Amino acid sequence: MARMTMIEAVRSAMDVSMARDDNVVVFGEDVGYFGGVFRSTQGLQAKYGRTRCFDTPISESGIVGTAIGMAAYGLKPCVEIQFADYMYPAYDQLTQEAARIRYRSNGDFTCPIVVRMPTGGGIFGGQTHSQSPEALFTHVCGLKVIVPSNPYDAKGLLIAAIEDPDPVMFLEPKRLYNGPFDGHHERPVTPWSKHDLGEVPDGHYTIPIGKAEVRRAGSAVTVVAYGTMVHVALAAAEDAGIDAEVIDLRSLLPLDLDTIVKSVTKTGRCVVVHEATLTSGFGAEVVSLVQEHCFYHLEAPVVRVAGWDTPYPHAQEWDYFPGPGRVGRALAEVMEA
Amino acid sequence: MVDSARLSLHVPEPAVRPGGQPDFSNVKIAKAGSVPRPEVDVASEDIRDLAYSIIRVLNREGEAVGPWAGSLSDEALLTGLRNMMKLRAFDARMLMAQRQGKTSFYMQHLGEEAVSCAFRKALEKGDMNFPTYRQAGLLIADDYPMVEMMNQIYSNESDPLRGRQLPIMYSSKEHGFFTISGNLATQYVQAVGWAMASAIKNDSRIAAAWIGDGSTAESDFHSALVFASTYKAPVILNIVNNQWAISTFQGIARGGSGTFAARGLGFGIPALRVDGNDYLAVHAVAYWAAERARRNLGPTLIEYVTYRVGAHSTSDDPSAYRPKTESEAWPLGDPVLRLKKHLIIKGAWSEERHVQAEAEIMDEVIEAQRQAEAHGTLHAGGRPSVRDIFEGVYAEMPPHIRRQRQKAGY
Ligand SMILES: Cc1ncc(C[n+]2csc(CCOP(=O)(O)OP(=O)(O)O)c2C)c(N)n1
Repeated sequence: MARMTMIEAVRSAMDVSMARDDNVVVFGEDVGYFGGVFRSTQGLQAKYGRTRCFDTPISESGIVGTAIGMAAYGLKPCVEIQFADYMYPAYDQLTQEAARIRYRSNGDFTCPIVVRMPTGGGIFGGQTHSQSPEALFTHVCGLKVIVPSNPYDAKGLLIAAIEDPDPVMFLEPKRLYNGPFDGHHERPVTPWSKHDLGEVPDGHYTIPIGKAEVRRAGSAVTVVAYGTMVHVALAAAEDAGIDAEVIDLRSLLPLDLDTIVKSVTKTGRCVVVHEATLTSGFGAEVVSLVQEHCFYHLEAPVVRVAGWDTPYPHAQEWDYFPGPGRVGRALAEVMEA
Repeated sequence: MVDSARLSLHVPEPAVRPGGQPDFSNVKIAKAGSVPRPEVDVASEDIRDLAYSIIRVLNREGEAVGPWAGSLSDEALLTGLRNMMKLRAFDARMLMAQRQGKTSFYMQHLGEEAVSCAFRKALEKGDMNFPTYRQAGLLIADDYPMVEMMNQIYSNESDPLRGRQLPIMYSSKEHGFFTISGNLATQYVQAVGWAMASAIKNDSRIAAAWIGDGSTAESDFHSALVFASTYKAPVILNIVNNQWAISTFQGIARGGSGTFAARGLGFGIPALRVDGNDYLAVHAVAYWAAERARRNLGPTLIEYVTYRVGAHSTSDDPSAYRPKTESEAWPLGDPVLRLKKHLIIKGAWSEERHVQAEAEIMDEVIEAQRQAEAHGTLHAGGRPSVRDIFEGVYAEMPPHIRRQRQKAGY
């Protein structure tokens, strides 16, 4: 066991996977010699050589397109898109190609690739370094979509993703790279070394894709969140003194509906939190499933808290990013109803 | 079956890494004045060599020599020197402001000042640049107020972009500066579209597209070349080859042979390489390309060979991937010092006046900074209203955004 940050956990997942399986290759912009702009691939080139961890041209469609070809050959590429905001040039390769290869070839070809990318805001990245595009991927059948909220999960889920036989989008909330945070921007991020979930086994382990985790047990209201918002939701429940149950989805596609339904059936109330833009965001999917499966148990309308329907602003990001205040107001609203 | 050795993957690597001796022996540099200057209506097939050579005007002694010399008066050159010095001083102050926590981020131009400053002077009012993030010289050389640039960098209450954009992602239609995107290369093909529109409307204005060496790997670069060559768009396609794309050396985007300029040849686009640290050469080549575009002769592709002396951005540490002394070994020198030397040997400038000018310019920059900071910095003083988050997503605010604005308390 070691104490790790989320970056170290992600790196460790790739390291363990590369050591176990020669077919795992890692590449992307600045990923090789330098070890990535967030240093999540640091040391991998030195350890595994230039043909297993290397720098690519700045061409996201090239990165994902070649990964698909390598996967067809029999390799297991784990590629990095430098920021989620830059995956759009690769969108055609992801949606029309990676996601459909198994289906359209009736299993003749498969596409076991992992596409990692830093997502989300809270680091003054402005509109081009802060996006949360998960809903774009969950709308695509054939992809899997994972958003970890802590180092322990990040490592176990990334290894599972690399071993998964289908394409997996692995979204890393960059606000959490160095430590969890409670959503109050005036308060510092606490290092993961002070957090239970910063304790990460050195070797191989996996966390099943498609399983949510209850982070805080409660009986008054269910808060469904993922990534950075798990921490914001926990702080909001604490601040508001509400007996909330906080569910960390971890995997958006496939989604652990059972855990959500079980909780909402018990609490009768639900708030869904994400930092991506509200309209057509992933929260809409959760709300719709909750009303479909828990309608007769609901005591209040389900409420969503999300980023506003605007691009992500640079200077006012703390007014954009849902914080414990906004989540707390939503909790109060469903509790009063 | 061919009896051959097993395959192995070729992954390009730069000649040296940190700790090694800087090595630019692979950069073939033509003698100043040695590259011919063709007529602007030349056929691209007849100047293929220019995509492989380097057009230079200023020689080691500081003299302007050869067929590309003489396009600028002393007065214009002095203005050029001043603009480059201004950009350098601006960078130094803003870099410091970032370190002091007055803004979140900054990107400097150190070593590349000649490219954008000289290029701007080859354009006319009404022409449009589609820049990337290292061409603030286009604004400086067009006398865009530095205070406005700083207001943008500070995201303060007077920020013309209302705190929405990352620092340095300026926008000014009036000054021919299209709004900067953080997503690389997207603007390249947009510039071609703007130029096509100008041709459709029988206008006289031309466009300029900007990209870094690394970003030429993006599909949008190639789409731009297809459209520019097909429609003979009045556009100047600029590639700033500053040797590095963050930590990645230019050989990763280019491979081991050819040049970035040569990418134009397959499209039949006249392609030139120029010494990007030579103010006179940059201006002469840009002017040549602008004339071609204006005479409806179509696009020109220009590769500026230069070196990124500073870090990629304030988030980067170049000593982790290249020798610390590499910038000093760069064989094309420093653009400011080269132009200064030229003006001194011409008798139009002196060491004393240079020192004095440096001080004056720094005062001017500091005064602009004082004014900007009176409107606030990112974390202190006046800032755009939260209300501004919701404005301008659409021309007219739709009801769902109005509801969200009210929910936010504005
Ligand atoms: C589509 C896209 N992919 C990746 C990035 C991240 N990124 C920002 S700058 C940069 C390097 C660009 O290098 P180059 O084009 O050579 O320009 P330079 O910075 O050297 O001027 C990268 C990879 C981005 N901004 N957009």
